[in-house]
Amino acid sequence: MKWNEIVQIVLFFGLGIALTPPVGRFMARVFKGEKTFLHPVLHPIEKIIYRLSGVDPDEEMTWLSYFWAVLLFATVGFAADMAIFMTQQWLPLNPQKLPNCSWHLAFMQAWSFTCNADWQSYTGETVMSYFSQIFAIMVHQFLSGASGLAVLVAVARALKRASIKTVGNFWTDLTRGLLYFVIPLSALWAIPLMWQGVPQTWKPYQTASLMEPYTTQVQKTDDKGNNVTTNIQLVVSSPKLGADGKPEMTNGVAVMVDVPQVDAKGVPIMTNMPVMVDAKVETQSIPVGPVASFESIKQLFTNGGGWYNVNSAHPFENPTPFTNFWEMLAIIVVPMAQVYMFGLLVGNKKHAWCLFNVMLALYALSFVVAWYCETRPNPVMAGAVPNMEGKEQRIGVMNSVLWATSCTAIDNGSVNSMHDSYQPLAGMMPLWNILIGEMLFGGIGCGMYCMLFHVLITVFIAGLMIGRTPEYLGKKLDAWCATWAVCGVLIPNAVALLPTAIALMLPATIGLSSLGNQGPHGFTEILYCFGEAANNNGSAFAGLNANTPFYNIAAGIVIWIGRFAPIISALAIVGRLASKKTVEPSAGTLPTHGWTFGLTLTGVIIIVAALTFFPALCLGPIVEHGLMTAARTF
Amino acid sequence: MSTKVEFNYSKLFKQAVIDSFKKLHPRDEIKNLVMFVVWLGSIWTTVFLFLPGQFNLFNVQICFWLWFTCLFANFAEAMAEGRGKAHADELRKMRTKTSARKLVNGREVQVNSNELKIGELFVCQAGEIVAADGEIVEGIATVDESAITGESAPVIRESGGDRSAVTGGTRVLSDRIVVRVTAEAGNSFLDRMIEMIEGARRQKTPNEIALNIVLVSLTALFIVVVFVLPPYAHYNENAAGQKGVVLTSIPVLLSLIVCLIPTTIGGLLSAIGIAGIDRLMRRNVLATSGRAVEAAGDVDVLLLDKTGTITLGNRQATEFVPAPGVKLEELADAAQLASLADETPEGRSIAVLAKEKYGLRGREVADPHATPVAFTAQTRMSGMDFGDGNGKVKRRVRKGAAESVRNWVLEQGGRIDKAVFEKVDEISKLGGTPLVVADGPRILGTIYLKDIVKGGIKERFAQLRKMGVKTVMITGDNQLTAAAIAAEAGVDDFIAQAKPEDKLARIRKEQEGGKLIAMIGDGTNDAPALAQADVGVAMNTGTQAAREAGNMVDLDSNPTKLIEVVEIGKQLLMTRGALTTFSIANDVSKYFAILPAMFGVLYATSAGGRGPLDKLNIMYLHSPQSAILSAVIFNALIIVALIPLALRGVKYQPLGAAVILRKNMLIYGVGGILVPFLFIKLLDLLLVATHLAP
Repeated sequence: MKWNEIVQIVLFFGLGIALTPPVGRFMARVFKGEKTFLHPVLHPIEKIIYRLSGVDPDEEMTWLSYFWAVLLFATVGFAADMAIFMTQQWLPLNPQKLPNCSWHLAFMQAWSFTCNADWQSYTGETVMSYFSQIFAIMVHQFLSGASGLAVLVAVARALKRASIKTVGNFWTDLTRGLLYFVIPLSALWAIPLMWQGVPQTWKPYQTASLMEPYTTQVQKTDDKGNNVTTNIQLVVSSPKLGADGKPEMTNGVAVMVDVPQVDAKGVPIMTNMPVMVDAKVETQSIPVGPVASFESIKQLFTNGGGWYNVNSAHPFENPTPFTNFWEMLAIIVVPMAQVYMFGLLVGNKKHAWCLFNVMLALYALSFVVAWYCETRPNPVMAGAVPNMEGKEQRIGVMNSVLWATSCTAIDNGSVNSMHDSYQPLAGMMPLWNILIGEMLFGGIGCGMYCMLFHVLITVFIAGLMIGRTPEYLGKKLDAWCATWAVCGVLIPNAVALLPTAIALMLPATIGLSSLGNQGPHGFTEILYCFGEAANNNGSAFAGLNANTPFYNIAAGIVIWIGRFAPIISALAIVGRLASKKTVEPSAGTLPTHGWTFGLTLTGVIIIVAALTFFPALCLGPIVEHGLMTAARTF
Repeated sequence: MSTKVEFNYSKLFKQAVIDSFKKLHPRDEIKNLVMFVVWLGSIWTTVFLFLPGQFNLFNVQICFWLWFTCLFANFAEAMAEGRGKAHADELRKMRTKTSARKLVNGREVQVNSNELKIGELFVCQAGEIVAADGEIVEGIATVDESAITGESAPVIRESGGDRSAVTGGTRVLSDRIVVRVTAEAGNSFLDRMIEMIEGARRQKTPNEIALNIVLVSLTALFIVVVFVLPPYAHYNENAAGQKGVVLTSIPVLLSLIVCLIPTTIGGLLSAIGIAGIDRLMRRNVLATSGRAVEAAGDVDVLLLDKTGTITLGNRQATEFVPAPGVKLEELADAAQLASLADETPEGRSIAVLAKEKYGLRGREVADPHATPVAFTAQTRMSGMDFGDGNGKVKRRVRKGAAESVRNWVLEQGGRIDKAVFEKVDEISKLGGTPLVVADGPRILGTIYLKDIVKGGIKERFAQLRKMGVKTVMITGDNQLTAAAIAAEAGVDDFIAQAKPEDKLARIRKEQEGGKLIAMIGDGTNDAPALAQADVGVAMNTGTQAAREAGNMVDLDSNPTKLIEVVEIGKQLLMTRGALTTFSIANDVSKYFAILPAMFGVLYATSAGGRGPLDKLNIMYLHSPQSAILSAVIFNALIIVALIPLALRGVKYQPLGAAVILRKNMLIYGVGGILVPFLFIKLLDLLLVATHLAP
């Protein structure tokens, strides 16, 4: 722990917290339809939008029609995206002449971006044209963020209401969010990025001659372009065992030997290996594009889908320590502020701060644990400290881990290092953040309403414990609310666990051939894939090649369920609560603030997630950690 | 229903054991989905035993304990039902047919009691059983209602007023009454009581339904969690090159499911609900539905009648204030004289005060010429006239309302002392009732009559306030008096000069704000308000209309009972919440028992060795079999161990919400995490010692 790391951490959290009230207050003003300093310029535009689209901004929707509007909006976006991805070859703005995407990649990516998951199973710079990146992906980074925020606004507004059957107007919330908040903030945030050297251009990819041409090995292909392989006996590197059956060690490192593998009957196990040939490399293609503007919206509104494959580990997406800090700050600023906005909209700031503190505590805890685990020596890597595999030198361990835990605590999903390369327990923390439902500030909107489900479950159990029908913000909770609250929590959990099991049960050529690693780490890769799909994160553990029909289709469906199950649950709950009377709190009502409630809520969050995922985590990172300390690899 | 009814506990126990087997019928099991899963699991493991090679000690024991988990849950429910059933049986015995003396055109006709129709009249005399529910239209009688209330002292029932209702099945001890039938056989109060006792448990309450949804969803989740484990584990087996080392046999998986799903609360849920109603019954309150009991826990506002609830029934004299120049003894003496013939409680209290405080002995009026003057609405005075023996009055002593006495004195040419009337105003302001005493034209002074607030009631209200329950006092007194008493009793609000419609209006107003209201009432006038209130407790002595309007009946007719009703309602919800928390918290330890048992050998480097996940066996359980069995046995036995808590309810203390939550979280949450570690370890030692597990 160096002093400059401490300064960066303090600055990061400090600035995030300091920006929370002003940004949150501004958001609340926007969504209440109150006047802001942007009104003189933007209000006429807002009016024109309503006139053109034929929307009556004051028309009220019931919770169900609000949900249909959200779903319709996403579905139209999905259809448009899918069409663009599958026809980009013939569309303009494709200087690289990139081909059309496969239907299953298009299916999965279209849902991924319209659902704010932004999970990418492709390599950005070699698959998507400028047109696709801008009009299919970036447009939805704005729209999906704004529609998630709109749902939260409807939720908060409905909680404040009493004896009213409606929750607001989706189109109005969406327009106001986009116009006064999402677009201006993204534009503002992009400026320092451009100044720091992030490309912002429409030119085609640049080609540069290499100073030192080199020879590399590439896989041999036949005339039809298929890879050529050869069948050889499988060889696994294992620790050399001494006479006593224990691994032989030199300088604390296990001695590894290549062991040809045979099956139980002594028959050699054969495997297909690619045939490699030499190729000389003299030039390098440098992908560019309007990256800066893409970057700011990607970071600010929990999208995370990078322009480049390696996301913010790429020097063009994230060139300097300052951009790294600026982009990390972008991850937390709006999710933190949305909690404050929620407090203002429901009229209970104390409650909002309590939630804020619970989120912050769990978030900080995941960071500290991951950082600690990542700085422990790894016996397999010759006790290397720090573990720099999968990390950028200019970013370092602390900033990598802080980013990794931030982008998973918050439903962002961008990365500046490869989580797959983390030590098992350090890699488990981002996975844990994802699996508990991505609500430690969480995504734009969705983090807060996922938290709401846990709050309701807490209120429900704690409410009974104090001997009253559970009440939340003055509204009595009934069977309807209980049903939807558990749906909101359990459905994403179930769709994380079940497809993982399916992937493992399918023939190995479908489920397991995508794995980058064998053993428990391979299992973690699959669990991470469906965990983040179910929670709409979009960060990739890497290692897993998900661009296959099975993973694309399965992940697309899981993302869809993971997006809309919580949305319909949240709207159904508040739709019911809005129609109820509000009861003034008394000494007998459970206070939804203060440390008693905060601790109870924290307990509920941890227990629910731990009971659901502990067995799975045991068979993934936890057992892998045990194996790593025993210097076993796969 | 009462403490009087003796229960044969060994018989209750025996019946519960038999019932717990009867309840294994799928028709009963399906009602409780959590336990239904255990039931299905038991059947599955039983069938599994008969597959080739599966009939071994471990599988048999798992099967055995899964069945016992079902039986224990059934037993808890049967135990809770048993007491109610015994009550109902007692009551049924009373419902035997009796003959009735029906009045037809003034003549008595012998008929069977169940032939009586609503509106018909019948006669009941000393020693006879009242044939049907009804209202006394003529006469007054002492009635033994011990059969219903358990109270052995007879009560007085009379025509007119609020004590006119008689209940079929009770016995008239003295006098003769004529009763008009208000409920036919099959619909009588007794029938309704039996229905309440037996029927209340049938419908689930709103909170129970909501909790059930949470429990069932958790169950579904845990089924998913457990059934994805075999593929997860097989993948790792393949990676480790250890085919078939993970214990994923059906009995093990089902054990894990049964351990994880909230069986503790699932098994005790209905018992808790029934026990709550039973606790009310033991306090002699009958609830028409579990919903009413639950609502009692949520009550925000209590409407209480001043008289009888907050204050002792009547005003009492507490002080004599003599007029200037009058001796205290003289005033006391005159006051006593004026009250000797006054049989009202106020009058008696004056005599008692004079005797106790000023040593004036109560005396018989020896003077043969003394004639008592009764209170009338016109004079608003009472007192005593002493004659001279010739039919002329020589001395007149009066006490009464200030205004009346003043006029009376003025008529006789007396003088009015300002000081006396200043005192009168002062007493009024303090909430007391001033009575002025005059002897002929002379005003002697003032008697201070005061409403005596019941002892301890202020503390009760303070407790209620801590629980978040507001108290509203209803009184016919004027604003000033009401305010003074309200302050003394510590109620939060009051309605002075209340008319019956005011109660209803107040209830409606509070309900508008989403509040839940409880009130207690007895008169016919109270019926609409009782019906409107969320918890309406009717007194058993009250009118039939009141008894039908409320959703609870207090057989003791004790107005302070409302506070206990609220506490029982809260206790009911608390018990559910506490056991839910406990049940879920228990799962943590079960994971630490079962997961290392299942996965402990994975990635072991040598045959018979243990892999990295064996480190999770922090309890050092002896073997995978003993670990799994210990967890399953603990899970079954904890249901039995918690039956007393479920029946008795979690201890209730009137504290603030956050304090209660903190306390219960510590006991049932943190305790629920820690306790099973200890017992699972003990069970493991026991199983190994008895060679029931390797």
